[in-house]
Amino acid sequence: MTQELAEVGTIAGEYQGDRTQELAEVATIAGEYQGDRSALIQVLLEIQHQNRWLPKEALKQVSQNLEVSLSQIYHIATFYKAFSLKPKGRHSVTVCLGTACQVRGAPRLLDKVADTLKIKEGETSEDMQFSLDTVRCLGCCALGPVMVVDGEYYGKPTGKEVEQITSAKAIES
Amino acid sequence: MARLNSAAHLEKLRQLILDKNDGKRVVSVTNGTDGRTRHSEVVVQAFVNEVKKQGLAGKIVVKSTGCHGFCEQEPTALILPEAICYVTVKPEDVPEIVSQTLAKGKVIERLLYEDPVSGQRITKESEIPFYKSQNQTVLGNNRFLDMKKIDDYIALGGYSALAKALFEMTPERVIEEVKSSGLRGRGGAGFPTGVKWGFCRSAPGQPKYVIVNCDEGDPGAYMDRSLTEGNPHSVLEGLLIGAYAIGAHEGYIYVRAEYPLAVENLKTAIEQAEKYGLLGENILGSGFNFNVHIHRGAGAFVCGEETALIASLEGRIGEPRQRPPFPATSGLWGKPTNINNVETWATVPLIINRGARWFKNLGTQGSKGTKIFSLVGNLNNTGLVEVAMGIPLGDIIFKIGGGIPGGKEFKAVQTGGPSGGVIPRSLLDTPVDYEKLTQLGSIMGSGGMIVMDEDTCLVDVARYFLNFLAGESCGRCVPCREGIYQMLKILNRICEGNGREGDIESLEEIGQTVRDFSLCALGKTAPNPVLSTIRYFRDEYEAHIKEKRCPALACKELISYYIEPDKCQACLICLRECPAQAITGGKKITHVIDQSKCTKCGTCLEVCPPRFGAVTKLSGVKVPEPVRQGAAVTQK
Repeated sequence: MTQELAEVGTIAGEYQGDRTQELAEVATIAGEYQGDRSALIQVLLEIQHQNRWLPKEALKQVSQNLEVSLSQIYHIATFYKAFSLKPKGRHSVTVCLGTACQVRGAPRLLDKVADTLKIKEGETSEDMQFSLDTVRCLGCCALGPVMVVDGEYYGKPTGKEVEQITSAKAIES
Repeated sequence: MARLNSAAHLEKLRQLILDKNDGKRVVSVTNGTDGRTRHSEVVVQAFVNEVKKQGLAGKIVVKSTGCHGFCEQEPTALILPEAICYVTVKPEDVPEIVSQTLAKGKVIERLLYEDPVSGQRITKESEIPFYKSQNQTVLGNNRFLDMKKIDDYIALGGYSALAKALFEMTPERVIEEVKSSGLRGRGGAGFPTGVKWGFCRSAPGQPKYVIVNCDEGDPGAYMDRSLTEGNPHSVLEGLLIGAYAIGAHEGYIYVRAEYPLAVENLKTAIEQAEKYGLLGENILGSGFNFNVHIHRGAGAFVCGEETALIASLEGRIGEPRQRPPFPATSGLWGKPTNINNVETWATVPLIINRGARWFKNLGTQGSKGTKIFSLVGNLNNTGLVEVAMGIPLGDIIFKIGGGIPGGKEFKAVQTGGPSGGVIPRSLLDTPVDYEKLTQLGSIMGSGGMIVMDEDTCLVDVARYFLNFLAGESCGRCVPCREGIYQMLKILNRICEGNGREGDIESLEEIGQTVRDFSLCALGKTAPNPVLSTIRYFRDEYEAHIKEKRCPALACKELISYYIEPDKCQACLICLRECPAQAITGGKKITHVIDQSKCTKCGTCLEVCPPRFGAVTKLSGVKVPEPVRQGAAVTQK
C-alpha cells in the first residue's frame, strides 16, 4: 500500500502542471457538499467521473472541504471498485465477467481485447490511450458477453469487431 | 405542469391524457441498456424522424421504453393496439414500418419473430412462445411506458394506489393489506414485507427512513435495473406507499454505479413527480410529506446487504455489522429504517390497487405472487421472465427459454447468484418457490437463473463464484475472509490438475464453517456454489482430482487441442489464425499442433470448418504422437 501511495504521489506530481483547472472543479464539487461527510462517496464519484481517476491533490482538497481525514478518504477509495488511484487512459474498455457473460465466453473475449490493446486487465497502455478493466456484471445478461467502450455497449462482439471498435477510438483521439 | 391537489385532480389528469392519446397508434421501441448494445437509440431516433417526415406526427406516438423481457431479440418494436411485434429492428427497417404498419396497419412479414421450432412467423407478441407461459404483472407495464414520461404512467392508472392509500386507508390498514398478500422480499432472503414494515412502524424513534435497494450486485440478474430504467414511477409509488404506512418522510434510492441509465431515469422521474406534487410537501393535498434522494453506489457487491448499504449511505465503507439490532429499530443514522429491493417496492402499488386476494391467488403455499427471473446463459431465448411462483423449473427453461442452442445437452441451472447453487437435470420438475429452492441447496436470491450446457465445467463454475466472492468479501470477519480464500485455493488447485485426495472433504468442512460462523449473508451463503456442485456433481470433482480429467473439456490446464490427422484437409485456416503460431503443416500437409507452444485459446477449434471438424479437445488422455512431419493429407 505504501508503495502504491508513493507511486500515486509521483504520478500525481508529474501531472501537477495542468491541474489548476481541475482542482478548481474539485473545489466546486466538494463545495456543494461543504461539511457533509456522508457525501464523501458521491463527491469522489464525481471527481472520478471527471478525471477518470482520483489525483492526490484532489483528495487533499476534498479532505479540507468535507472535514474528513485523508486516511479515511483512502479507506473509501481503496474499498470501492469505482475508484482508481492511478491515471486512466483516454478511452476506457470494460469487459463484463458476470455469470451469464462468463458461460458465454467472456474470458475469451477478455483475452481477445487484451491481445488487441496489448495490455492486461487493470492496465493502461503506455501512450495513455486505453485502460482495460473488468466488471462484475453490467446487467445486460441476455446479450453477453458484453464489452463497453467509453460508455457504449456492445453485445457479443467478434474478434474483428473488437479490432474495428478500438482502432476507430484510437484514431478519434 | 400543474400541481395535483387531490385524488380527483389526479383522476382528471388521467382522463385528459387518455383523451389526448385516444385512437393513436403507438410504437414502443425497447431502448434500455440491453437494447443499447444493439444501438436502439438510433432506431428510436429513426422512428421519430420518419414519423415527422411522413407527416404522421399527430397520429403516431413513438415511445422509448425499457426492456419488455425478450432482450435477446432487442431492439424490438411493439405496435399497439394491434400488438404486432417486430424483432431485432434496424434503422433501415424504420421507413417501411412507418409507411406500412404505422400508417396502414399492414404487417411486414420479414420483421416478425420466427419460431425456431416450427419456422412460422408470429405476429402478436403474446403468441411468441417466450411470452406465452409468462404472467407479466410487475414487468408488464414497461411496454406501455416511455421511460421518461410520467404521463404514460398516470395514463395506466399510476399513482392511483398511492391516492387510495392516502385517502382511503390508514397506515395500519396498508400494512395489513401487504401482510395478508403474503408478499416476501424479492431481494434474496424472502422475509415477509408487511411484517418488516410493521416492525419499523412500531419501532420507537424519529425520523424514520425508507430505502430502495437497487444495488443489484448479483451477476446474471438484472430485473431491478430493468424496472428502474423502464418503470421508475412504479418504484417511487411503492416507496411512497411504504413511507406512508411506516411513517417515514425521507427516503433514499441506492443505485449501483454500473447502472447509469437507471440513475438518469430515476432523476427524471423524481423531478416530474415533484412537479405534479406527488413528491415533496402535502402530497395530493393529503398533508403527507415525503422526499427522496438518489445515492449512487461505488462498486461493492457486499453493499446489497442492508447493514452494509446503510454504512455506505452514511459515507463509510460498506462493511456489514452484526444484527440485531435490525435496521427496523436502528438503521440509517441509528434511526428506524426499512429497506426493500426494487422489485418488492414495484409490486406494492399492484397489491394496493388489485387487493391482497388477487396477489394471494397467484403462487404457492409459502410463496405468493409472481417473480421476475433473468433467464440467461446457454439458452435459446434469453431475457426477463415473469411467472407465477410454483411453475416447474423445467418449464421456465424449456417452454419459455426454448431449450439449449446448438444441439447441446442441458447440464444445470444456477439460481441465486454467488449465494445460490446449481440444480441438475433430475430436479427440473421442482416448482420454483423460496422453500423448494432452499431445500435443493440453492436459493431464490434476486432471481438470477443461469442455464449451463454440457460444455460448462461445474468445478470451474464453483471456482468462478468463489473468485467473485473472494474479491467481494469485505474482510471484516475471519470465517468469510479466510474461508473463502482457502476454498478458492483448493478449487484452483483442482482445476489446474493438482487436486489431492481429501480436497473434496476439506471443501465441505471449510464450507460448513464459513456458512455457520460468518457475520452476514455474503459469508453465510458463500459456500453454496461449492457445496451444491459437490452434492450433485461429485463425480466431476473426482475426475479432476483422480484422473486429472475435466469431463466438460473446459478447464484449460486439463485439456489439449488436437487435430485428427485423418480428418484434417490441410486447408491452412487454423494454421494462419493461430495467435501462438503453434500449428505446423502446409498445403496438402496435415496440420499438427505443437503442444509446447499451444496457449489453449481455442481459436483452431472455432475456425476449423464444421464440415471437417478436425480439431478436438482431449482431457485425461495422452495426446497421440503426431503423424510423421510432412505427411500428406488423405483428401476426401
